[in-house]
Parts: sequence; C-alpha cells; structure tokens
Amino acid sequence: MTALEIDGLSKAFGGLRVTRNVSLAVAPGERRLLIGPNGAGKTTLFNLITGELTPDSGKIRLFGRDITAAPCRRRAHLGMARTYQIITLFARDTIVRNIMLALLGLSPLRWNALRDLGSQRALVAEARAVLARVGLVHIAERPLGETSYGERRRVEIAMALAQNPKLLLLDEPFAGLSVDERRDVQKLLLGIPREVTVVMIEHNMDVALELADRITLLHFGEVIVEGTRAAVVADPRTREVYLGA
Amino acid sequence: MSRRNAHYLARALTIAVLLSLPMWIGNSYYINIASQILIWAVLALALNLLVGYAGLTSLGHASLFAIGGYAAAMVLAAGHGHVLAVLVALIVTLLASAVFAVLALRATGIGFLMITLAIGQILWGIAYRWASLTNGDNGISVSSRPAPFGLSLAAAPAFYYATLLVFLLAVASMAVFVRSPFGASLVGTRDQARRMTALGYNVWLIRFLTILFSGFWSGVAGLLFIYYNQFISPQVVALTTSAEALLMVISGGSGTLLGPIFGAAIVVVMKNVVSAYIERWNLVLGIIFILIISFMPEGLVPGSVRLWRAGWQALRGKGAVTARATGAPEASR
Repeated sequence: MTALEIDGLSKAFGGLRVTRNVSLAVAPGERRLLIGPNGAGKTTLFNLITGELTPDSGKIRLFGRDITAAPCRRRAHLGMARTYQIITLFARDTIVRNIMLALLGLSPLRWNALRDLGSQRALVAEARAVLARVGLVHIAERPLGETSYGERRRVEIAMALAQNPKLLLLDEPFAGLSVDERRDVQKLLLGIPREVTVVMIEHNMDVALELADRITLLHFGEVIVEGTRAAVVADPRTREVYLGA
Repeated sequence: MSRRNAHYLARALTIAVLLSLPMWIGNSYYINIASQILIWAVLALALNLLVGYAGLTSLGHASLFAIGGYAAAMVLAAGHGHVLAVLVALIVTLLASAVFAVLALRATGIGFLMITLAIGQILWGIAYRWASLTNGDNGISVSSRPAPFGLSLAAAPAFYYATLLVFLLAVASMAVFVRSPFGASLVGTRDQARRMTALGYNVWLIRFLTILFSGFWSGVAGLLFIYYNQFISPQVVALTTSAEALLMVISGGSGTLLGPIFGAAIVVVMKNVVSAYIERWNLVLGIIFILIISFMPEGLVPGSVRLWRAGWQALRGKGAVTARATGAPEASR
C-alpha cells in the first residue's frame, strides 16, 4: 500500500494551469523531496493534498483511502499534518499554547466550553513533551512574539509533529534559516521516526538532499523527473530546469 | 500582595459595590442609570465575543438584541404570561441567530460586516414598516414587569438587582467560555483560520456556535431592555443601536471582559447624565472616542493597563498623572 497516491491531479486558476496531470506515489516511511523552480506548482500541490484547494480533476489517496472529496480539517484527523512556508503561528500566544492548539485540534476536548484550558495538566504535559523533542522546552512559556525566526521554524514543525501524523508535509522547512539553525532543523527532521512518511518542498539542496530517499522534479505544474536521489540529481533535465548548468 | 490576590480582592470589592449600590446612590434615577449600564454591558459583552474573540465585526447586533424583545412584547400583547414570553423570546433569538450566522458566515472581515449591516437594516425595515405585525413606529408597550417568585420588579432597586444577577451570570459564563478549550479554538480561528482548519478544527462550526452564544446573551439583554422601558419601538433595531454597541466594545477594549463593560458605562453616562448639562453631548461623546482611539487604540481597559505598567516603571513623580488616568478601571475591577 502507498502512503500517498496522487493520480492525474490537475488544477487551474483561470487560464493558468498550475497543476497538470500530476501522478505520484509515496511509499510508507519514505522521504520524498519535491523540487522545482519558483512557480513550478509545489505549494499548490501541497494545498491540493491537504485540501486547502480543490482539484479540478484527479484523485488523492491516503493509505489507500480516497480523500479527494474530504475537507481539509478531516484530513488532519486522518493523519495528515503540514507546515507552512510562510510561518503561520499564533503570535499572541506562548510557544506551549501553540502546541496545545495543535494537540487540541485532534482531541474532542476542543469542543469543551466549560473547563479551563490552562488547568488541563495532561495536555500541557503532552505539549511540553513535544517541545522537548524539538529542543524548545526551555522556552515553552515564552510568548511567540519574543522568539527568534529559527525558533519559530521549529515551532512550525513541532505543531505538525504534535499531531502524530502518518503523513507529514513540510513546505520549505529551511527557508530563511542561518547555517547553525539549518543544522538544528536538519537534526530534528532526521530524528523523525520512519513510521512517519515525509514529503518535503525545499530549495536548499545541501541540507535537503541528505534527507531525501526519492526526488520529484516539478516544472510548470508537471512532473518532469522522478527517481532516486542520485538518479534525479544526475539527470540532465534536472540540471537544465533546476540546478542550472 | 500577589497579583492574583489583588485580582480576587478587586473582584470582591466590585461585587460589593454593585450589590450595595442602591443603598448609597439613593435616587432611583441613578439606580435606573446603573441598570441601563448593566443591560448595555450584557449586549456589549455579547458583541465582544464576536468582535474581540472571533475577529468578526458585526454591525447588525441590534437585530439580535431587538428580535427577542419584539417576540416577548408580541406574546405579552396577545395576553400570555411572562414565562411564555421569555421562553418564546429566547427561542426566537436563537433561531434568528442561527439564520444570522448562516448568512453572515459566508464571509469574514468587511464582507461579514456588510452582511450583518444588511440583516440589521432588513429587520429595522420590518419593525418600521410591517405595522400590522410590529405596530410600526408606535412600537409595542409592555404593561407590566415580571414578578419572579413573587418578587415584584416594578421598583427601580428590585429591577436593578434582577439586572445585576443576569449581568453577573453573563460575565461568569463568558469568563468560563473564553478560558475554555473552545474559547482558545475560537481565538485561534481569529488569528489563523487557515492553520486551524489544517489542524483539524471546524472553523465554520466554531464561529456558528459562537454566534449562537453571542446571540443568546444579546437576546437576554434585549429582554432586560424591554422590561426596563416597558416599551419597544423600531428605534431599538436601528443602526444607531448596533453602532453604539460596537463603540462600547471598541472604546472599552475588545477581546477583554472588562472593556465592553466600561464602554457601556461611558456611553450610557454620556447619554443620560452629561446630556442633562451639555446640550451637544454627542459632541463630547465623539471627542471622548477620538481621544480613546488616538491614545489607547486597543481600548480604554487594555490601554490603561499598559499606561499603568509604563507609569509604574517610570519615575514616581510622573506616576501621579498615570495613576489618575488609570484610576477608574483599576478601582472598579
């Protein structure tokens, strides 16, 4: 069974066809890297996979289950989590509250309007455990607005990891990071257990390549090359459209 | 004294002041003004759930405020009792809130505001023009106030206590609500609706349920309002009412529980007390709003807290000025 199977997916915004008949299959536990020049339709593909956009045609299956028509929120409950290229966090809350919101999203407790959220010890402990995994527990109580960009990148990933996803979609997790911060994030991503299937968009080839099993190259919304890391890097078409001569 | 203890003490003092108010304020005219403040505060708090916590600015809340009042007035005019009138009013309010929510939640931001404005204007039109149903501009009179458990609410102090009880229930229910997981989810939908959806939250349903909750308390405020005035007319549904409620929320501080209460107090005091001395009281009210928005764009209560903290850290000599500016909210918390 495949973790994520995309079959003939297409999406157009007016006359602009941003996703053209894309098909790909990601095996359970695989690390798949999506690359392509700006405007290749990588983030659009993510938005189609998560359900934030509806495809014009094609099918999406998550562990064999057709989720093409499932709303975005339902897909989170089916084991899909994502991060955003542009940091999308709750700036007025503390780091631990951000993680608690991620945990709450999959818990029936989120409908409870009578209990005090702050006194939900189990939830707080779980959130702190997630933060320990990403090395941020020492600043758990810090308001997000007072954290560095690199820390926020890690909170982005922590929010997705908190949901214990089966499929994790990472949209440029290294964007805007310094060399040291990149190393931290790389270590964090390498530590994700193999039960989790990871699909990642990333431009930063020196850090991303090490994480990838297979690579898919998108160009103008189409899959141009797909294969193992070595095969795709060596492919002349990759050099032509992406890596540069 | 720790900050937490200070808060408990301030809360106990405020409740003591509110409970003893009819005893020391004397004149029933002022007791009635206190009742009015509490009634408007309930409406402002209800609207604040949307404006402050959901990030949905409604300019049609007068419709939810008035529709229950109209329903109650009609039931009473038909010769039925207060129990039925109140029940019908609350059911009608909830149904109207549901329709209001389904229509308005097709959009957020300015779109939401425009739809709520339109709903408010439609209901105003019905109240004003559908004379066979609403008695048009003449309004509907309510012959008597209810007497729960045999306690007559005809006198100003008795009505004040009934209003105070409802007000405290409203504040308590909202305090629990905003601290709850659901309240946190609601604030999440205000700040990052897209992420909330991706995290598995049903953003639409969260907003829908919040509008029902807000509508419920708006309807309760409307009921208090018609029993206070023993009269309802299209003026209550007018845009002015929605705009005033919104001004109370924004001037006092949206997204806080205390803000709308102070906002309500300012508007009611200006309307009733200052208008007795200054003919152009609207002008004074306008100037006050401009000053608040200029110097405390976040609203009077959060703004005062900010100035208080800044003043605390600054030199003691300058502290006297800050203390005077923040005296009101600190004293009555």
